[in-house]
This record gives sequence, structure tokens and C-alpha cells, in this order.
Amino acid sequence: MTQSAVVPPGSNDAVRLVSRLYRAREASILLVVALVVVAATVTSPDFLFSSSGWRDLTLAPSILMILAVGEAIVIITRNVDISVGAVLGFTAYFAGRVLTDYPGVPVVVVFLLGTLLGALMGLFNGLLVTLLRVPALVVTLGTLYIFRGIDVLWAGGIRIMPGDLPSSFLDLGTSSILTVPTVTIIAVFVAAAAVWYMKCTRGGRTFYAIGSDPDAARLYGLPTGRRVIIALATSGALAGFSGVLYLSRYATADSQVGTGWELQAIAAVVIGGIAIAGGSGSVGGAALGAVLLITINRALPVLGIPDFWQQAVIGVLILFAIVTDRLLFIRTSHQLLEARETTNA
Amino acid sequence: MAEAVAPIPVLSVRNVAKSFGAAIALRKGCLDSYGGSIHALVGENGAGKSTLVKVIAGVHHRDGGEFLLSGRPVDFRNTAEAKAAGVAVIYQEPTLFPDLSVTENIFMGRQPVLGLGRIDRRRMRSEAADLLERLGVRLNPDRVARGLSIADQQVIEIAKAISLDAKVLVMDEPTAALSGVEVDRLFTITRALRDEGRAIIFISHRFEEIYSLCDTLTVMRDGEYVSAHAIGDVTVDEVVRRMVGRSVTDLFPKEAAPVGDVRLRVEGLTSSGKFHDINFVVRSGEIVCLAGLVGSGRTEIVRAVFGVDGYDRGTVTVDGHTLPMKNPAAAIAAGIALVPEDRRKQGLVMDFSVRSNMSLAVRDRLSVLGILPALKETRLAMSWAHRLQVKTSSLDSPVATLSGGNQQKVVLGKWLATEPRVLIIDEPTRGIDVGTKSEVHRLMSELAGHGVAILMISSELPEVIGMADRVLVMKEGHMTAELSRADANPETVMYAATHSVEKSA
Repeated sequence: MTQSAVVPPGSNDAVRLVSRLYRAREASILLVVALVVVAATVTSPDFLFSSSGWRDLTLAPSILMILAVGEAIVIITRNVDISVGAVLGFTAYFAGRVLTDYPGVPVVVVFLLGTLLGALMGLFNGLLVTLLRVPALVVTLGTLYIFRGIDVLWAGGIRIMPGDLPSSFLDLGTSSILTVPTVTIIAVFVAAAAVWYMKCTRGGRTFYAIGSDPDAARLYGLPTGRRVIIALATSGALAGFSGVLYLSRYATADSQVGTGWELQAIAAVVIGGIAIAGGSGSVGGAALGAVLLITINRALPVLGIPDFWQQAVIGVLILFAIVTDRLLFIRTSHQLLEARETTNA
Repeated sequence: MAEAVAPIPVLSVRNVAKSFGAAIALRKGCLDSYGGSIHALVGENGAGKSTLVKVIAGVHHRDGGEFLLSGRPVDFRNTAEAKAAGVAVIYQEPTLFPDLSVTENIFMGRQPVLGLGRIDRRRMRSEAADLLERLGVRLNPDRVARGLSIADQQVIEIAKAISLDAKVLVMDEPTAALSGVEVDRLFTITRALRDEGRAIIFISHRFEEIYSLCDTLTVMRDGEYVSAHAIGDVTVDEVVRRMVGRSVTDLFPKEAAPVGDVRLRVEGLTSSGKFHDINFVVRSGEIVCLAGLVGSGRTEIVRAVFGVDGYDRGTVTVDGHTLPMKNPAAAIAAGIALVPEDRRKQGLVMDFSVRSNMSLAVRDRLSVLGILPALKETRLAMSWAHRLQVKTSSLDSPVATLSGGNQQKVVLGKWLATEPRVLIIDEPTRGIDVGTKSEVHRLMSELAGHGVAILMISSELPEVIGMADRVLVMKEGHMTAELSRADANPETVMYAATHSVEKSA
């Protein structure tokens, strides 16, 4: 879509293969999703054709999708954010408190506050990572427990109930436009904006450069520290936004919301073809990875696969994605080397 | 100084100083570089050249001194500011983003944009293609940087500098990893840039390059400016004398040593795609050199001999015992030692102390019940550090803090401690200053005198010819010549190394 149609003069197979890999990944994920949906629908037509089938299919992955997009941006910079689940949980409860304690607050304001709170939490992560030069894995592991701890302390045993929430807020989670749930539309919009930003702007490309070689980026004069902070703050903001969205969809929240979601977000990113060492892959892949993960999760019980094997299937999927990436990487490296020998001759 | 009609230098640094904690890296750096001129910066390793370059590039902030760009004082706090002011640096190791395309590497952070900040990919790509064409290289601007040769990566660095319209271009040992053809291409480009009026600063340890390319020269020693000359005014001997502060009469003193029995025998060694049917022997007391261009298969052969890589056919025997394939431990046990080309990555543990690195290959022998007695280790390290004259403030200093030459001595000490019968050295003096170079050569000669069989890989012709009793020349995986000391001269070696590849220029 961004490549010009003109065939470059010095083009060769290896180069074309590399540029095609991203799109191939996204296409193959969509294909697997389609296969899963077809298999589940054949076994039980309700999976797609019941009144709620289509709605669930599109709605279920949307929140993880937003989370995965934020996670993808962080991983592309060769960092990781494992606090996203805790941020989501915290903001979901926070949004519930705002709506119950201050009735009449406009819905938009709640979303803004939730996103802002998430951004602040991400900013905290980012500052620790860049100022103290502590690996993001360790920092966000720490803040995962801190955020969750504050959440538990604050919420205690309290659960936000649907009755506490205004109907204008809950409508958002249940409404749809032309049969597509509003939440899904929001998620797709967020993902599309992120894809555009990462592909087509200087800032987005800088994230890739930093993840590709952080030392080179520093030597080049790129503002690496600032960009890493921005990546983590964005991930936090998207997690905060997801938290509010979670509340409007499920209409309930307690202190345990979002537990374990960080791992699902990372899994979606890896399945989506983003290198865990950063620098390559597409945010769109991560969004589709979330769709695949959730859809498989929902289809496996329908297909009659026992609970234990459902977990194992996800595991196999992640390993398969990583092994495929590794093999493709080795193959393209070889081809790039060969291309170099032929063009130099 | 021959500056009759003195225009304003594009870049001028005066008495620049830089310390890192207690270590003074640069006492008094001075350098004037004029537009339309290629200025050589020479000095031993540790003379402060790299520090000076990093100050110019904005990597380090100077502690004192003046820094003028086109007559105006500047003060760079980071590399972005230096670049914005028109200073571009090409480092020894190019610093590209391997996952991004050639085009993106050239324009990162400065991409042409349309509305809403959207990058104008089409324009960026065509500008990149134009730049590469101007530089006369055939590189696909859409390919990713991963897998490009060092020479091509440098071309991209130069393209970056041109696209910035850099007024000052600093090249820090750009030719260290290039073959002859690649050096020629780099020089052609460099001269073209000079003719466009840019100021170029060129750092190299190779005098023949400096004399063919540069027009002025600054000598540094011990972090201080020594002198500046027009290139025609000084001889190489004079420059070397100023660099080391003493006269180096004989750079390559291989002394005749009694040649004994065959120590290392390689027969029919073949690894498809790397090397074919390699046969040679190395006798005790002999220094045999594997010569040839970078990429001719020399390093691959010694890696196979040492058991790092496997091979398809052939045998490697040491003192009559055939070595198993892919087993470096067996090679070490048989008495082979390998001093690798990349000492930072393969020869040393950079964060370890001098002492720990020295004892690395003999830990088991020194250990008592699995514990390494500190006293034994210190005694060993002390004796080798003394014999090799390693310059370090303490045996406990991390080797990362040592200069390249001293690091190489530590690697040598580590292997000599194993009392090897066969010593393989890959590029023994790469990136090492002139003074230490001759010490390394003296050491090798001394070892041969003690009956060690030495197999050396070298890309520096004077070293090959000065040190080797026999020269084996490689070309594209085949051994094309075996020359005795008497027959080996620059012409015969280069002929065998390039013979029949003359089609590309």
C-alpha cells in the first residue's frame, strides 16, 4: 500500500521476499482465523449463525487487540511492557469509581481520564527504564505488582456492578453500527491509526530504528530515551483506554480484572510476527494475532477439545510462530548474502 | 606549516582535552581541516585519535579547549547537534539499522514528509537511488541493510553524510576491513567528495593509503598534538618517528630459527562453498603465512583446523595424531592455540580482569579440586604480563579499559600459558599501533625460535613478507601459490591473490 508500483531497477528476489513477508504474515493469520471459524461453524452452526455468533466473533478480540497494539509498539523498540494487564485492571476499577461517585460525568470524560491515568502509569514505566537504565522487563514486572497492589488496596472486596453504571456508558458496550459492535469499530480504528503511524511517520520509523540497533540509534543522534518513554506511555494509555472499554462492555469490575492479560498481549504480538528483539514486524500483525488468539480460544470448546489441550494449542501456536520467524529469518539472511554476491560480481 | 594564503579552516579544534574519571584520554588535541582537502590523522592506538573524533562528533563533550566550525565556536552536546551543523562521522564499524531498508537508513529521522507528517516514500526512494548512483555503486535502495558487506555499509554511511550535505566528513579507519577493490572504490568516492569542497578527515594505520589519498597530515601521540605537515614534506619514517617518539628501524624482525619436524599437517581439507582441497604443513620453528584477500577463505580454514567449524573431507594432524572434527577441546589438548581476528568478541571476556583473562585457557590445569587458587593465577598473570610487557595500571583492570595492542598481548598471553606447539594467529596486528606491532612481531619470532609452529593470517603485505618463512596464498577458497621467503614479494603475493579475478575493477 505504501510501496510504489514501479519496480526498482536493482530489485531482486531476496528484496522482494523481505518486503512481502509482512503482508504474507497478515494474510496467513487471516487464513487461519477463517479456517478456525469454518471448522467451528461446521461443528456447531451457532458459532457464526446464532443471533450472538457474529457479534461475539467481532467483539471478543477487540479489547485484547488494543492492548496488543500498544504492546507491539513497545516490543518493536526492543522493550517489553508486562504491566498492561494491571493498568487495564486499575483503570477499569478507576472508571467504575468515577462513574459511581460522580454521577453525571460525561462518558467522554471518563474515557479521557482512564486513558490519561494509563498514560501516567506508562510514563512512570518509561522514566524508570530510561533514567535508571533498568531493563523494561524488570521495571514493568515491578510496576505490575505495584499497580495491582494499589488496585487491591483500593477496591478491596468491592465490585462495580452494572446497576452502579449509567446507561449511556453501558450502551456503548452493547451498541453496534451496521451489525458491527461499536467497541470493535473503536478497536479497529485504534489499530489502523497505529499501523499508519508506525509505517508512515518519522516518529513511527524511529521506533523501528531504535529496536533494530539501540546503540546505532544513539550514535545516529536519534532521541532514543524520549522515544522509549513515548512507547511505554502509549502502551499505558492504550491499556488505560482498554480498561474503560472493558468496563463498558462487561459492566462489572473488581480488583482482579485483566490478570494475565499481559501474557496474552505478548502472545498476540509474537503470533503477529513482531520480532521479540525488536526492529521488525507490523502492528497490524499484532492486532490480527489478538483476533486469532481469542477466536481459537473460543472455538476450541466448540470443537470439543478438552480444557488442558486448549492451553497447549495456544502454546504450540506461539512456538510455531517463533520457529517460523526464525526459519524465515535464516532463509532471507542467506538470500541477502547471495544477492550481495551476485550484484557485486 | 605551509599555510601561506590561509583560508578559514572548516573545522578547527585547539587544545581540546577530555578525561574519563582519572584517565586522561586527550590532553591537547589540535586539528585544522580545510574544505577541498583530505587530512590524515595518525597516531598509535591510545594516542587520542578516537577520543578527538568523538568530541568532534558530539559523542563526548570536551572538558576544555576551543572548537570552531567555519570560524564560529560550537559546542555539541549530542550527535544530532553535530550532524545538524554539518559534521558527519563514518565509524570503523558502520552503525546501520539492520532491519530497515537502505533508503530508510540514509534518511532516518529526516525523511521528506507530506501533509499530516506522512513520509513521502517515493521521493525518499528516488533521492536515495540518485545518491547511490552519484556514488557509483549498484545497491538496491529497497533491500534491508542486514547482510551488506562492510564496504557497502560504509557507502551508505557516506550517502547519509552527503544527504546531510556535511561540510566535514570524518572517516575513522574506514579501510581496515576492506579488500583492495573496495578500497579503490572508497578512495574514488572520497576524492570526489573532496573535489566538491568538503573537508575530509581520514584516519588510518596504513601509510601507503595516507600517501595516496591525503594532502595534509596531523600526528598525535599520548593524547597530544605533535605536528602537522603537508604530505609532501614528510617521509613515512619521519611520521613514524614522531608517532612513536623514537625511531622504528625494523618493523618486522623475523629471525631465522632452526626448522624442525612437521608439527601441523593439513591434507585435502575441503568444505563446500568455503575452501577446496587445502594441503600444507607447518614445521616447528617456522612461521607460515596464509595470505589472500578478505573473504578468500583463510579464516574459515583456521576455524576448521581448530575444530570450531566442521568440514566435508580431509584430515588435520598435529605431531602425527589426527584431530577429530568439530572439537576445539581436542585441538587445544593436542597443543593448538588460536588467537582470533576479533579479539573483543572471540578472544577476551571484556568485563573480566587482565588476570582472569590470562588464566582462562589454563584454569583446569591451575585448579586444585575445582577451585582456582588466586595466588597461582596472579603468579601466572604477572609473569606473562611482564614477559609481554602489557601496559595496564593493575592486573585487576577490566581488559575493556586497555588499548587494542595491550588487549592483543593479553590474548597472546592467555594462549601462550597453554604452552602451545602450534600457534594460529588471525590478523595479529589489526588495529594495533606501530610500536606495539613490532613487539608482537618480536614475540612471534621469539616463539618460533623456541620451536613453536606458527600459522599466521595477515592482510598486511609488509607483515606477510617480513614475517613469513613461507607464504600460502588463497584465492576464492583455493590455494593458488606457495612461496618461499625468497620468492615472496608484494607483486608475487598480490598476483596469486587476485590472479584471474581481474574482470571487475
